[in-house]
Amino acid sequence: MTMRQALLRLMVVVVVVLGVNYVTWRWLFSVNWSAWPIAVPLVVAETYSLVDSLLFCLTMWRRKERGEPDPPDPEATVDVLVTTYNEPLDLVMTTARAAKAISFPHETWILDDGNRPELRALAESEGIGWITRSADWDDRPRHAKAGNINNALLATEGEFLLILDADQVPEPQILDRTLGYFRDERMAVVQTPQFFVNVPDDDPLGSQAPLFYGPIQEGKDGWNAAFFCGSNAVLRREALMQLGVWRYAGEIEIAVHRALRTSKDVLAKARADLGSDDAHATQALDKVAYDLGRARRELGRGVAIADVTYRFQRRVASIARELVSTDVDALHADLAAIAELEATTDEAGDAGLALVDDAALRRMSERDWSPLGALATVQSLVSSVDVDRGEEAQPVMPMATISVTEDMATCMRLHALGWSSAYHGEQLAFGLAPEDLKTMLTQRLRWAQGTMQVMFRENPMVQQGLTVAQKLMYLGTMWSYLSGFFAVVYLAAPIIYLTLGVLPVDSLGSDFFVRLIPFLVVNQLLFLYVGWKRRTWRGLQYSLALFPVWIKAFTSAFGSVFLGRALDFAVTPKVRTEGAGRPWHLVKPQLVAMGALVAAAGVGLVRLQVGQASPLGTWVNLAWVVYDLLVLGVVVKAVRYDGWVDPETPSPPIEQPRHKHRLTTKGAA
Amino acid sequence: MIEFKVETTSRGIGVVTPVGRLNMVSARRLGEVVTELVGAGTNRIVVDMAQTDFMDSSGLGALIAGLKTTRQAGGDLRLACPTEQIQTVLELTNLNKVLRPRPTVEGAFDA
Repeated sequence: MTMRQALLRLMVVVVVVLGVNYVTWRWLFSVNWSAWPIAVPLVVAETYSLVDSLLFCLTMWRRKERGEPDPPDPEATVDVLVTTYNEPLDLVMTTARAAKAISFPHETWILDDGNRPELRALAESEGIGWITRSADWDDRPRHAKAGNINNALLATEGEFLLILDADQVPEPQILDRTLGYFRDERMAVVQTPQFFVNVPDDDPLGSQAPLFYGPIQEGKDGWNAAFFCGSNAVLRREALMQLGVWRYAGEIEIAVHRALRTSKDVLAKARADLGSDDAHATQALDKVAYDLGRARRELGRGVAIADVTYRFQRRVASIARELVSTDVDALHADLAAIAELEATTDEAGDAGLALVDDAALRRMSERDWSPLGALATVQSLVSSVDVDRGEEAQPVMPMATISVTEDMATCMRLHALGWSSAYHGEQLAFGLAPEDLKTMLTQRLRWAQGTMQVMFRENPMVQQGLTVAQKLMYLGTMWSYLSGFFAVVYLAAPIIYLTLGVLPVDSLGSDFFVRLIPFLVVNQLLFLYVGWKRRTWRGLQYSLALFPVWIKAFTSAFGSVFLGRALDFAVTPKVRTEGAGRPWHLVKPQLVAMGALVAAAGVGLVRLQVGQASPLGTWVNLAWVVYDLLVLGVVVKAVRYDGWVDPETPSPPIEQPRHKHRLTTKGAA
Repeated sequence: MIEFKVETTSRGIGVVTPVGRLNMVSARRLGEVVTELVGAGTNRIVVDMAQTDFMDSSGLGALIAGLKTTRQAGGDLRLACPTEQIQTVLELTNLNKVLRPRPTVEGAFDA
C-alpha cells in the first residue's frame, strides 16, 4: 500500500466513523419530534447524504490508477464506429476523418441513423464505410443509439469496436493506448475520459466531469466496475455478442412461459368474445387450448423451446387451415346458390363474385389472414409462443434497450456475466459540450432518466452475477440522482426556521456541533484530497442546483417503467435562438428558491432584532442560507452564458448536435 | 477460413455444412446462405456442425438469425452433430434451452 493510499483509507475510516456517529445521534437523541413535518424530512435527508458519503468512501477505498498500458496484440482487428443521428455533416466528417487517421490498423464506419445520402456520398468518397439501418427496422422499435450500434454489429466483423459520438474527435494513438488491456481475455470494455474543448475555464454549464472521469471511475475500476459511458470506449465484440445471445435465450424463455401462463385467460376471453353462434371458431379455440396445454407439459419435461414452439406453430397453422377450408366450403356453397339464382333470373352474372378464387382464400390461412388472426389477442398469444422475436428488428440485441442510457445497462449486464472493464484515464478524444442552458438541461435530464430507468428495470442490488461491491458501485451512481428530493428539504429547513422559528433539531448546543462539525470538516478534506487540482466545485453546485431536473427524471422514469407513460423528453432546437432573451424561465424553481432564501434571511434578521429568535439559531441558519445561495447561484451564471468563443480564433459558435447520449457525469457529492 | 457446403435432400430439406471456423468474420455469410435457401423456397434447414472446428457468439447469433428467417417463412432451422466446443458455447449462453442439437443430419427433422 502506498503512502497516498494509506492516507486516503485513514480519511475514509474517519469519515465513516464520524458520519455514522452523527446520524445515529441525530435519529436517537436530537430529532425535534414536536416539529416532525420538517424534523423527520431533515433527518431522512441527512441519512440520505450519509449513505451517499459512505458509497463515495467505498468507491475511493480501492482507487486504481492504471499506469502505462500494455502494447496491443498486433493481430487485433478493430472497427471504429462513429454514431450520428442528425449532427451537421462537417462535424461528423471531422470526427470520421480523425477516426480514419487512427494509427492502429482498423476500419472506419459512420453509423448514420439519419440515413442521409449526402453523408453516404461524402463518406464513400473518402474511403470511409457508411452503415444505416437495414429494412428489418422498418415499423419496429428503433431503440435510438443502442439500436444503431446493434444494427452495425451485424454488418461489421472486427474483434474490437471503438465507439465514438459524432462530436468526439479521437487522437491517432487512441487504439494503441487501449487495446493492450484486451490481452486479458475477460476484458470487455475499456473506457477513456470524455473531455470537451468548447468549454471556458470556469465551465459555466458544468460540462466537464473532472471528478467522474478521474477519482470516481478509478474507484469503480478498483472494484472491477468501471462504467462504460457510451463514447470513447473500446468493446470486445465477443463479450457483446455473448451478452446478446444470452439475453435472447433468457428473454425467449420468459416470454414463452409468460404467454403459456396467461393463455387460459386469453382464450377464455376470446371464447366469450366469439359468443355461441360461431361453433367452428370456438372449436378451433378449443384445439389451440389443447395444444397450449401440451406445449406447457413439454416445456415442463425439459423439451427445448424451439422444438416445443415449432410443433405448436405447426399445429396452429393446421387448425387455421381447417377452419379456413370449412369457411371456404360454406362460401362455395353460397356461390353455387347465387349462381343458380342468377341462372334462373337469366341475368348477366356479376364478374366480381366469380373472381373469388381458391388461391386468394388459401392465403387467408397464413398467419395474419387466418380467422384466428381476427382475434387479435389470440394472434398475439400464438406469436408469443415462438422463438423469432418478430416484434424486434433483430432477435439478438447486444446493446441494452431498456433505457435511454444504454451504456450503463449494457455494462452492468456484462459485469453480471463475469466480464471485466477498465478505466484508462488518459484523454484520447476531444468532444463538444452543449453551449446553452436549454440543451444542457435536456442532456442532464436524459442521463438522469436513463439511470433511473435502469434502477427501476434492472436494479443492481438484485442482479445475479454481480459482486456486492459491483452492486454498490452501480447503486452509488443511481443513489446520487435521488438527491433532488432531499435538496428541497435542505432548502426548506433554514427558511422554516428563519420565518417561523421552528427548529428541526432539539437544540443547537455543543452536543450538536461537536458531532456535526468534525464530520463535515473531514468529509470536505477527503473530498479536497480526492479532487486535488481538479475543479470539483462546479459539479458540487450542479448536483444540488439541478434539483428540479433530478426530481423530474425520477418521476418521469417511474411513469415510463411502471405506469406505461411515454418518457417525455423535449427535442432541443439545433440552433440557438438568437436575441430571444435570457432563458430565465428554465430555472424558475431555483430562482424562486433563491428569492425565498433571501426573504427568509430578512425575516430572520428582523426576528432577531425584536428578540423573537435566538442569536445562535439565526446565525447558523443564515450561514446555511449563504451556502445554499452560493450553490444555487450557478444557475445565474448558466443563464447569462453566451456560448463558447474560441479565445484564439473568434469564430461563430459551432452548431450543437441535439442527440447526446452519455452517462452520468455528475459528482458523487 | 470457412467454406459453406450447401445441398438439398430429396425431402426438400436444406443442409448447410460450415467447414472451418464459424466466427465473427464468417457469421454473416451463414446468414446469407440461409436467406438464399429460404428465398429459393427451402424453409427447412439443417446446419451440420460436424466439420465446424470452432464457433463463437457471433456464430450463435447467425444461427439465431437463421432460425428467425426460417420460422418466418413457416419452416425451421435445426442443428446437427455439434462438437464438444459448440456444445459448450450453447450451454454457456443458455441457448441449449432453446435449441436442442440433433445427433444426425438425416434424422434432424424426424422429431
